[in-house]
Amino acid sequence: MKRLFAFVLALAMAMSLMACGGDKSTSAGETSGDSANKVVKIGVYEPQTGDNGGGGKKEILGMQYANYVQPTVEIGGETYDVKLEIVDNRTTPENGPSAASELVNRGVSVVLGSYGSGVSMAGGAIFAEAGIPAIGVTCTNPQVTADCDVYFRICFLDPFQGTVLANYAYNELGVTTAYTLAMLGSDYDQGLVYYFTQAFEALGGTVKSEDFPEGSANFVSYINNAKAEGAGVIFAPVSINYAQLIVEAADAQGFEGALLGSDTWDDNMVIESAKGRDVDVFVTTFYQEGGNADFDAGIKEWINANADAKTNNGGNDMISAVTAMGYDAYFTALEAIKAAGSTDPKAVLEALPGVSYEGVSGLIEFDDIGDAKRDSAFIKTANTEAGAWDFVKVQTVG
Amino acid sequence: MQQILPYIINGISVGGQYALIAIGYTLVYGILRLINFAHGDVFMVAGLVMVYSTTAMPMYVALPLVLVATVLLGFVIERAAYKPLRSAPRMSVMISAIGVSYLIQNLSFYITGGVPQPVTTPIPWISENVALLGTSTKRVTLVTPVLTIALVIALVYLINHTKIGMAMRAAAKDFETAQLMGVKINAVISMTFVIGSFLAAVGSMLYFTNYPSVAITSGGMPGLKAFVAAVFGGIGSIPGAVVGAFIIGLCEEIIKGLGYTTFSDAFTFALLIVVLCVKPTGLFGEKVTDKV
Amino acid sequence: MTSTKKKTIFTAAVLLILLAACVVVDLTLPGYHIVVTVIKKATVYSLVAVSMNLLNGFTGLFSLGQAGFMLLGAYAYGVLTIPVAKRASVYQYFDGGAIKFSLPEIFSGALGDTVGTVAGMLAALLVGGILAALMAYLIGLPVLRLKSDYLAIATLGFAEILRAFFQWNTLGPITNGSNLLKSYPTFSHATPYVILAGLMIAFIVLLINSTYGRAFKAIRDDEVAAEAMGINLSKHKRMAFIISSFFAGIGGGMMAMYMGTIAAAPFKSTLTYEILLIVVIGGIGSITGSILASFLYIFSSEWLLRGLDSGKFLGISAPAIFKNGFRMVVLSVVIMCIVLFFRRGLMGDKELPDLLDRRPKKRKKEAAGK
Repeated sequence: MKRLFAFVLALAMAMSLMACGGDKSTSAGETSGDSANKVVKIGVYEPQTGDNGGGGKKEILGMQYANYVQPTVEIGGETYDVKLEIVDNRTTPENGPSAASELVNRGVSVVLGSYGSGVSMAGGAIFAEAGIPAIGVTCTNPQVTADCDVYFRICFLDPFQGTVLANYAYNELGVTTAYTLAMLGSDYDQGLVYYFTQAFEALGGTVKSEDFPEGSANFVSYINNAKAEGAGVIFAPVSINYAQLIVEAADAQGFEGALLGSDTWDDNMVIESAKGRDVDVFVTTFYQEGGNADFDAGIKEWINANADAKTNNGGNDMISAVTAMGYDAYFTALEAIKAAGSTDPKAVLEALPGVSYEGVSGLIEFDDIGDAKRDSAFIKTANTEAGAWDFVKVQTVG
Repeated sequence: MQQILPYIINGISVGGQYALIAIGYTLVYGILRLINFAHGDVFMVAGLVMVYSTTAMPMYVALPLVLVATVLLGFVIERAAYKPLRSAPRMSVMISAIGVSYLIQNLSFYITGGVPQPVTTPIPWISENVALLGTSTKRVTLVTPVLTIALVIALVYLINHTKIGMAMRAAAKDFETAQLMGVKINAVISMTFVIGSFLAAVGSMLYFTNYPSVAITSGGMPGLKAFVAAVFGGIGSIPGAVVGAFIIGLCEEIIKGLGYTTFSDAFTFALLIVVLCVKPTGLFGEKVTDKV
Repeated sequence: MTSTKKKTIFTAAVLLILLAACVVVDLTLPGYHIVVTVIKKATVYSLVAVSMNLLNGFTGLFSLGQAGFMLLGAYAYGVLTIPVAKRASVYQYFDGGAIKFSLPEIFSGALGDTVGTVAGMLAALLVGGILAALMAYLIGLPVLRLKSDYLAIATLGFAEILRAFFQWNTLGPITNGSNLLKSYPTFSHATPYVILAGLMIAFIVLLINSTYGRAFKAIRDDEVAAEAMGINLSKHKRMAFIISSFFAGIGGGMMAMYMGTIAAAPFKSTLTYEILLIVVIGGIGSITGSILASFLYIFSSEWLLRGLDSGKFLGISAPAIFKNGFRMVVLSVVIMCIVLFFRRGLMGDKELPDLLDRRPKKRKKEAAGK
């Protein structure tokens, strides 16, 4: 009897779900309920949970704010409402394909995301098959665009970022021994460490590399290893959680050199951790708060007026670079849609390479592979007294 | 000496934290023969409760609240998920434990939004830095082993010299006979979970004083390692669990110090397999023929 | 008509209908469509769940090493099938890697492009399965002497160790270290997945109905009695472990095909738990149940319940409750209910043909798949 009941329960569940699942596939260009305008959908393929959940949420904030600033787009003389379709890819590649399919299923014209590279590559195959263009926001691994015709990106790449940091450490900080720390199993961390090491060794420095297993919470021993190596910098291009731990451990162990971080470190959670501590932190990033006063003021007002947004931003109104990048990605997508004059993904894909857009993070144009033409990165340092990022310089690599 | 000292101090501290979790495993296993897979998640929930309560209310209310909430959670889990399966095969109970672990993780995921929760107001005093023999560490590093040993002594006293302790020992020795002799078996089992959760809560407060945030997955690894410690020490034996935990904590940090950081986790599991195959009763385990 | 004959026809009919349904889906929907995606994933999970059921449900060995064996299969598949031309870019940090051939290309040379590629892919899957089986043999030597929960924790530990090895940079020229393997050939339609997994599962069913299968069940029911009846315990346990791992390895290879990229990170203990819970939902000891549960679980978690995460579900709009993670909460509550109150799961130990015994017909719902 119980078995029968269980079966009926399961069937009922399945049936009811089928019923509601069926009506989801709507195509682009339909009319929305509350306004007379047609709708164009932009897919947001970002992690909201998992290791990169925090970063993904901040990136989405930028897109949502952009959508708030510019909720409509003119396509062929007609005004369309822009609707963001947000799907959580849960940070990890195994959840990528189904999240990407879900977006395709919702009939989006173009996709924005993702924060991380691994999940972007996993989704890329689906987008390529569906012929939907995707604009990577902060996925910096060269491979994202290399084998994928539909993937573009607006950020700089790991080889560039790693080289910038190596140059900075060797030339500006005058360090000859570096210690690198990367998470085992993270292609992002390992990739950056690879490029950093190459560049740093080419300059004549020595590098000692170590990995830590996922879920590590205790970095004291690693900091001690760095001290034992006599390292002048610790380069740890890790995700936000680990960055916080490393900052704390470096302070507690009295590490005297500098901590170098990549774009992931540019986050208000990291600066919270560094506040009041005796550490030197330098990071590369895409955007410097204060770089565009109008944008900063506008988004701060929006975040402060919106409780959910504030929570997602980590409880304050400090602007992360990824938020600015999300904002730029949205407008880049709008430019492409305008240029295409259609909501058809194929047309948008054709229009995308020709887009040139002056965003808050700089000029966005694409090269042959679909990568952004960027030759400079911002370097910032943590002001541990004020709890804010201070601008150091713009570093370019010839 | 100066070079390996920080690793050793750190190892002892980590070991102390594992020890507090390992006792929970070993007590429950001793009586129910159940690997309580959810125990690591209880530990994680205690951390979350701490994060939420310390930001919302003063410390002297928040910390007791963490203890009460965690103990309550442990009690409820036992009543809801394990008690109904008392007569079921062991595999079913273990599956239930895995299910509970899955549920707690997903629930915490939902509540926290899947983003690690920062520890904004750490417990004062123990989170301050102190200098020690030329290296610097948080006071919690030194407090942990002392507190662990004090709690273990109290626990051993409780088990050896009180009525409920006697009942627990009886239940561990022979479940059915104890029941026949009038031991209120459900009360004893609940008590076991209460004690285990209490220690996990204490361990969690110490653990997360050291770290800036509590993630949903924070409980998994410490939980598994604490279990390995319990097996290593001889499951069912409280001193065994504590010694095992300290050894594992130390080994892990020394391996990191030697530069084999890739394998610091793998080592723990390799140790587990070796112990299980060579000496399944562990360091201090009682000899029971039909266990492994 | 005899009852057995009727059952055979019934089973064959259901399977054919499902296969036909799958072909229709493939012909009408593009490969990136969500329905095709979930069918692929559910098929892979079915195979792995059935392989786990063979061990946990039919032999009574409580092993939690499935994720480790899948990892082996996935990597074997990826490493052997990445086209030679793409290796320089995939193994960008390891000078193009140590392995300079690709099975599909070798076979294409002999058999022509299409057939050769498919043959190469299948061969790579097979290699993955064999590697997993070999590994199972090796760790089975010490570990299989352990009983229930100790075996579980030892196999779990083994899977974690394996993961550390695959991420180790020293093995990078083969495994690509922590970096993704990608650009390998995959099937873009669901039917090949269904046929492949179907054949494997059919093999497992034949095995279970053979003398060996009966010996496995005897061991599960009572080890002492089984031994007294002359069943060689260690031989049969090892056999079940190796066979189960073989199919988990193949399942891992298919998982790699589905994911399009391979990293060691997804093959954590969480994956094993997920599959174990699927087996429990379906009924420990029922192949049909495992398949059914895989489809229900994957369909709801990946597709149908997504509304629970994004604010609107079944027409009810409640963004405050239906936010990120709610769908997994609902799923895990359902799972707990099954674990506690319907311990036999959906099917108990019944199989598809058994459904004919009492309530004939209906049951076409038998799962949108198989």
